[in-house]
Amino acid sequence: MTSAFQPKPEYLRLTDLHAFYGESHILHGLDLSVAKGECITLLGRNGSGRTTTLKSIMGLVGRRTGSIMVNGNEVIHVPTHKIAHHGVGYCPEERAIFTSLSAEENLTLAPIVSSGGMSVDELYAMFPNLGERRTSQGGKLSGGEQQMLAMARILRTGAKLLLLDEITEGLAPVIVKKLGEVITELKKRGFTIVLVEQNFRFAAPLADRHYVLEHGEIIATITQEELPGKMDWLHHTLGV
Amino acid sequence: MEIFGISTALLGSQLLVGLINGSFYAILSLGLAIIFGLLNIINFCHGAQYMMGAFVAWIALTRFGISYWVALIAAPLIVGLVGVLIERLMLRRLYKLDHLYGLLLTFGLALIFEGIFRDQFGISGESYEVPELLSGGVNLGFMFLPIYRGWVIIASLTVCFGTWYMIERTKLGAYLRAGTENSAMVQALGINVPLLITFTYGYGVALAAFAGVLAAPIFQVNPLMGSNLIIVVFAVVVIGGMGSIMGSILTGLGLGLIEGLTRVIYPEASSVVVFVIMVIVLLLRPAGLFGKS
Repeated sequence: MTSAFQPKPEYLRLTDLHAFYGESHILHGLDLSVAKGECITLLGRNGSGRTTTLKSIMGLVGRRTGSIMVNGNEVIHVPTHKIAHHGVGYCPEERAIFTSLSAEENLTLAPIVSSGGMSVDELYAMFPNLGERRTSQGGKLSGGEQQMLAMARILRTGAKLLLLDEITEGLAPVIVKKLGEVITELKKRGFTIVLVEQNFRFAAPLADRHYVLEHGEIIATITQEELPGKMDWLHHTLGV
Repeated sequence: MEIFGISTALLGSQLLVGLINGSFYAILSLGLAIIFGLLNIINFCHGAQYMMGAFVAWIALTRFGISYWVALIAAPLIVGLVGVLIERLMLRRLYKLDHLYGLLLTFGLALIFEGIFRDQFGISGESYEVPELLSGGVNLGFMFLPIYRGWVIIASLTVCFGTWYMIERTKLGAYLRAGTENSAMVQALGINVPLLITFTYGYGVALAAFAGVLAAPIFQVNPLMGSNLIIVVFAVVVIGGMGSIMGSILTGLGLGLIEGLTRVIYPEASSVVVFVIMVIVLLLRPAGLFGKS
């Protein structure tokens, strides 16, 4: 770790995290930490356990052991609906927009978990498409609009730690570019961000550090400065 | 006065009976639909809970002199509370299993509740006086309308549409609709879904008990009054489709009216017409008239 990170307090720490779906053992003793205001990515092939890591933090997998510290609090035994109240915003891979609710109902559904969240007007300024479509049903929105809505609804709540799972998946380049600008803006505003991303070219310039996962374990940690020297190894490991 | 050789008095009174039955179908199927939507459980003790609403009102009046108007509020609260306990202590353990287990559990509970009331009160049935304020009737010219029956229709429609408004237009309703679609995500957003589920089950049960109190002065208060009605209500739910709140209200009222009309035109078919419609709907539109496939 370079000295740049050390003065900042850590916002998320996973220690010896194991996760299970029924009989299958998905995460095998994961250790990672994210400093306040840091943006990290979880890289790895399909099935390496990146999505499961985020779901484990939210309490959405079957069984977990180990430790999950969020902002200094142990949350591994905390029920799912209380995790968000520790300042965690979760944007799942499938976006999970409620199709029968209007865009605005989706946006305002989640309770405020702490002060400092963005107002609805601010969010419509950040995502103008959503403002135009506020009365449309969630199910009628395009993939890009649904993705922006899934991001916007966790920015409203005052969450300080954002868990973003494959936000660029299946989206047009212009929308991916827009999402890159949004992440940059969120970093400036001091959010702590964990990105799970298949699109390495999207994630590389945004992240301060990269964790590489394989078979539910972390096999490498690469800082932004080390990245150029590790590109060949990374390409080989990720199979991209 | 006659229309197509049928006297308007007969037609009017049968349509009124149909509308009253339809009101009960609407409240009961609405409760079932709400519960199924969020809990994924087919609440087979809905009929028993309707019966318990009527009995709580009857016991309150005959043993404690508690009036109809108090019972109209208190009985749904008491039976709803029993529902809350059922959810907390029993149903909660079944959510991860197949629908069938919830159905079996609630079916067993229905038999137990009916058995207890049969043991205590027999099956001859008890009568419940129409409250004084609503006794008597008015002559509408073409037919005689007992005031209490008019009240039943107004009260049940008010409760049905009030419930619809709460679900479609309020924040609590948005939680419920979102939870019906994807309760894990609602929970991840920080909403207390287990509490929402308990409340929803309690509310659905309270609706059944409310219908029971409304029914007490019209039908006999009888331990089996629910199981007779609930079979038709399940047919109503199948016809309307589980997915839609407004759908279950409209289907309930509509089928009550169709039953009433059938009683005038071809009385022999009146007790099966709902089931004939159910078969046709199942064949042509298995998800129901308002359901999403």
